[in-house]
Amino acid sequence: MVDLFTGYGATTKSRKRTGSGSAWDEMFPDPSSLTPTETRAAYKDVYGALAKMTQEELRGRTAALASSYLAQGVTFDFAGEERPFPLDAVPRVIEQPEWVTVEAGIKQRVLALEAFLADIYGPQAAVHDGVIPASLISSSNHFHRQAAGIVSANNVRIQVSGIDLIRDEKGAWRVLEDNVRVPSGVSYVISNRRVMAQTLPELFVSMRVRPVGDYPNKLLQALRASAPAGVDDPNVVVLTPGVFNSAYFEHTLLARLMGVELVEGRDLFCSGGRVWMRTTAGPTRVDVIYRRVDDEFLDPLQFRADSQLGSPGMLMAARLGNVTIANAVGNGVADDKLVYTYLPDLIRYYLAEDPIIPNVDTWRLEDPLALEEVLDRLDELVVKPVDGSGGKGLVVGPAASKAELATLRKQLLRDPRGWIAQPVVQLSTIPTLVEDGMRPRHADLRPFAVNDGTDVWVLPGGLTRVALPEGELVVNSSQGGGSKDTWVIGLEPDFYHESSARNIQGLVADQAANTQAPVAGAHSIDHSPQDKPLGNSDQQEQQQQQQQGKQPVSVGVPAASKSSAQEDREC
Amino acid sequence: MLSRIAESLFWIGRYIERSDGTARILDVHLQLLLEDPWIEENLACRSLLQLMGSPVPEEGELTRKDVLATLAMDRTHPASIAYSITSARENARRAREIVPTELWECLNTTSARMPRKVASEKTHDYFAWVRERAALAVGIVEAGASRDDAWHFFTLGRSLEQADMTARLLATRSLTEASGPSWTTILRSCGAYESYLRTYRGVPSARNAAEYLLMDRLFPRSIVFSVSRAEQCLRDLEPRTDRAGVTGQAQRVLGQIRSQLEYRPIMDILNDLPLQMMRVQDATSTASEAIGNRYFPKGNVPTWTGEAS
Repeated sequence: MVDLFTGYGATTKSRKRTGSGSAWDEMFPDPSSLTPTETRAAYKDVYGALAKMTQEELRGRTAALASSYLAQGVTFDFAGEERPFPLDAVPRVIEQPEWVTVEAGIKQRVLALEAFLADIYGPQAAVHDGVIPASLISSSNHFHRQAAGIVSANNVRIQVSGIDLIRDEKGAWRVLEDNVRVPSGVSYVISNRRVMAQTLPELFVSMRVRPVGDYPNKLLQALRASAPAGVDDPNVVVLTPGVFNSAYFEHTLLARLMGVELVEGRDLFCSGGRVWMRTTAGPTRVDVIYRRVDDEFLDPLQFRADSQLGSPGMLMAARLGNVTIANAVGNGVADDKLVYTYLPDLIRYYLAEDPIIPNVDTWRLEDPLALEEVLDRLDELVVKPVDGSGGKGLVVGPAASKAELATLRKQLLRDPRGWIAQPVVQLSTIPTLVEDGMRPRHADLRPFAVNDGTDVWVLPGGLTRVALPEGELVVNSSQGGGSKDTWVIGLEPDFYHESSARNIQGLVADQAANTQAPVAGAHSIDHSPQDKPLGNSDQQEQQQQQQQGKQPVSVGVPAASKSSAQEDREC
Repeated sequence: MLSRIAESLFWIGRYIERSDGTARILDVHLQLLLEDPWIEENLACRSLLQLMGSPVPEEGELTRKDVLATLAMDRTHPASIAYSITSARENARRAREIVPTELWECLNTTSARMPRKVASEKTHDYFAWVRERAALAVGIVEAGASRDDAWHFFTLGRSLEQADMTARLLATRSLTEASGPSWTTILRSCGAYESYLRTYRGVPSARNAAEYLLMDRLFPRSIVFSVSRAEQCLRDLEPRTDRAGVTGQAQRVLGQIRSQLEYRPIMDILNDLPLQMMRVQDATSTASEAIGNRYFPKGNVPTWTGEAS
């Protein structure tokens, strides 16, 4: 058991040179010792189960995870080669009491973002009241005037959101960025859980991991809830850019698990202010489009005229209220990184609450004083483009070369609106199996939230992404990142309340009751007279008689007599 | 065709389908035990054993290991996958001259490669393997066999077994406490989850799911579909031109149970699901017996017990 975690602390010392203190390790309170054994409470059981394994064994399982993903097609393209989506065997564990706070913080954030979008594409009260400058809104690349006045029937614009969280050096949760356009990754949450249960069952034993399989149902409900008024049985579709999109697997999985049609732009057409899809039974009306296509490609009449991924006229249909596009067009203005810096103020403004999860400290470079300070300290900060996602264009000061910093300096001076700067936050680390063995690696968390207009539901868990290179702070699968299954453990507070009706316990309970019920006794299995288990024909007859009576009886085959009879026959 | 051969073909069909059905049920239920922390393992394992018509020990805690050992691996346990696989192969051996070589090789290989032990992290792979072998065997017959009496007996056996397996699965549910996840489980057991979602476009509700598995006319594992196919096989085996009624006992029983399901309001069936499903299982057993009486050799058939030395 020493073997697996040996040398875990070896790297923590050297990483300290990056400055701002050492990272919070989620499994071990003292990760600097070479072979840590004392774990935080949440990880006690996982550690116990892992410690029973050798490194080879765990590597064998990891290989099994990977080959299962290859077979299922859960892959991504890496330099033209199909690679299984990397999933680490060690799960991230979050205890329910802690999760409650995270959940509340995300709900609050989503509600504030909804209110912000409704305001920006409506009365713009926040601008009039001076909470947020008008120039910031109008200069955002994702503020679309075309989207003004388009509202779904239940006023929801952010049906699905992925708010990226991190834990800082003290272990406190912080929001890193908001994603309210087309956040992806939820399919990995669902398939990670399944494949983990298949290949590492012993980890699950004795832990009450909250299931994630409910997500497609919740999403479908939210989409149906947003359908145009007056439609009884809305026709929901998932709009994908096509098979070459890197998230195509996710699109198929969601469509499959929601039982809805997966359409491409060429399957749709607009006529009479409505959207239709081409089917073998003729045109069929579409009521809700869960689109996984970016705003600019949705409608060539409004945005890029060369787009073949959307359908001309779609936005008009949405404006007329005949179709709901989810998530709404123009949401990008809310996850602009500069708007992010105003979010705490916006939460106070719209909800009259203090933010539950704080932001990461951020400099707005538009402010000349801030710009000056940032230019001075460029080599110790992280600088990000405001509309980038997935770590694109991001520069980590301490890791950048002089030439890179010089180019960056010029870019910042030329376009201060396009960038923000943040101190280097040491993301928390979790043990991850890499070439050297089990080592701490930095990770973030993307919980997914579904808003159906009455409640914001947060998927218990979410996608944990790990940076696999040592000390790397940029966590993204397009940059060599891995993933972890994320477990929220412990009982839901209202569990006994609501879930006895919708949980398996119900099934088991009434099965248990059935054992007492006269009719539900086991029906014995038919066998060919030649293959009938020998020595029990009398018994079977008796059973059949008894079944007509009151007593349920099951097939009884005395093991000893039967196996000896079997041997006689076979030899 | 020889009665004895017909009997073997009938049972090959039943055993192949049984190994497939058992593997599906175990796979989904055992996986669920892991994924859903609120299941009580002992109770769930007991109901699983009972569902498969296997004796449930009165004492002690049952774990998924026990279920796996009993229902998957134990070659001597009459409800186990191993038993079905061996029996399918034994029946094929008895009818070797009629069974297509491809099918024989498939069943023989399956039986020879049947593992004696499966590590807990490999169970899913094992069940997938069982399903694949069953699909291969069925595929060989469907693709290559002429639609003669041999095929009819094979399909008859398969259809009856399918109806029986689906009925077993449904028997453990009763409507009132109906809940989403458990219907999801049942649908997934039958491999019906995705096609169900497409058909009903929504979350599983007890009524829809039961309707789908009981009487969907297009879904091949639904009870009505299976029973209708069995009836069709019987008609093809013995075309009749009588103007009234049916004569075969098997046809009579199957027709009765099908009409009971088809023409009864779904809520009636759901309110009384265990009893109704017991009736389906009784009907398949009775039909199986009637088919045996009508077509298969009767009385004590001498069996081969080994060389006299």
